[in-house]
Amino acid sequence: MNRAVILWRVASFAVAACFIALWQLIANLKLVSPVFLPGPDRAWAALVRGFSSGDLWSKLAGTLEHMAYGWLAASIAGIAIGAIIGSSRTMRTYVAPSLEFLRPLPVSAIIPVAIAMLGLTQAMALFVISFGAIWPIMLATIHGFAAVEPRLYEVARSLQMSRLAVIFKIALPSASPDILAGMRLSLTVALILSVVCEILAGLDGLGHWVLLSARAFRSADLFAGVILLGVTGYVTSVAMSLAENKLLAWQAAQR
Amino acid sequence: MTANSAKALVLPLGILVAFEVWARATHLQSDSLAPPSEIVMALIGAFADLSILTATRDTLFSAFAGLAIGTVIGLALGIAFGISDTLNRLMEVTVEAIRPIPSIALLPIALIALGFGYRMEIAIVAFACVWPVLILSRAAVRSIEPRLMEVARALRLPPAQRVWKIIIPAALPRIFVAFRLSAGIALIVAVTVEIAINPLGLGAGIMLAQQALRPDLMLAYLVWIGIIGYALNVLLVIAQNRLFGRAALTGGGQ
Repeated sequence: MNRAVILWRVASFAVAACFIALWQLIANLKLVSPVFLPGPDRAWAALVRGFSSGDLWSKLAGTLEHMAYGWLAASIAGIAIGAIIGSSRTMRTYVAPSLEFLRPLPVSAIIPVAIAMLGLTQAMALFVISFGAIWPIMLATIHGFAAVEPRLYEVARSLQMSRLAVIFKIALPSASPDILAGMRLSLTVALILSVVCEILAGLDGLGHWVLLSARAFRSADLFAGVILLGVTGYVTSVAMSLAENKLLAWQAAQR
Repeated sequence: MTANSAKALVLPLGILVAFEVWARATHLQSDSLAPPSEIVMALIGAFADLSILTATRDTLFSAFAGLAIGTVIGLALGIAFGISDTLNRLMEVTVEAIRPIPSIALLPIALIALGFGYRMEIAIVAFACVWPVLILSRAAVRSIEPRLMEVARALRLPPAQRVWKIIIPAALPRIFVAFRLSAGIALIVAVTVEIAINPLGLGAGIMLAQQALRPDLMLAYLVWIGIIGYALNVLLVIAQNRLFGRAALTGGGQ
């Protein structure tokens, strides 16, 4: 069984390698103009060059910084607001419908408003990223709070726990799978909005890097930036899954 | 029910009234805010000179064209991966390597390859729409009642008919859920591309209004984009309930 899994993995990597070879072949034969499509060799060389000169490190750090600050702010605010709304039936009837109305709004539409208020600044990027990333977390928290097993609330009432104690001891732990799923979704949103803000405001980061490379028709640098963004998306989502498994291990054991 | 929907309206109406009163009382002069009454007037004005309608048409055209292309590709791959476990396992690394690339990161590539305009926007929307459709339709095909596949085998249906007569109808409710998700993504990506770089549609409209220091028009665009997003979602939910009822939730035919 285990050996079969490893063999499939190897075969799967081999297929991916074939695709890269095909890409190299297309680039070498110049089927697509090299201005648009560098071969994987040139993209790799640009990646190595960027890292050894330190340029890409600082751009990567910039993007990660925007993403992390916006996402953390959104997580804290989203869970707090979600807990306040979710733990009270009155708040749920009055506020939740407005939130449902706002949910399908393309969050990037808030960018011009943020630019008008804050200018093309770091603060604008932070506001936009956290505004976009807060929705999945907040709605997941409200949903998680509403879906808590009612008998747990009855236990809390008979123990005469305070509202804060109910939130921290009962509602938050039991809503944590929903909340973590929301946070994972927000991570993608935060990455996308970081790139958009960097493109628009010229902030130091990979979004700015890929745009400048495109403007100068340095396609190898451009592809290096896009590959790095893909890696960022992949690594952050894997890290989030690992954290999720670790944090929810107690629940899996319970079942 | 009516009491609840009345309660739901209290908060937004309260905020609007308070904002209007505050703006009137302080004689608000701002580049970023405008009282609700002026926003409504700007929206009516934009409708009267048709500018917002042309922008809406451009955005929806790009979003739907990208959605159609992305859905077809995603569905074809999803069904193929769902039927053939071998193919699915062989392609796993390739798919997982491409999927996490944020769609907006492809913007500069699409820009130099296709230039400004519909084509680059459609390409990016299509890329973003492929993945949810691929993953959900793959799961839908896998969860088809095995006896249906046995029937297909017993009837010796050729592969094309097997897909057309058994797999697609059985997986359709869940495929529609994937389509609904992708439609929302398509609109978001289209507006984002327009705001970031493409001089087209609603996104470009709202950026122009901001640069022209017309907060009323900018907020009117924002409200209108919100209405379109909401209406699209509501329409697709209604269509889903009409067409499939509860089948969409349970995975169909089980």
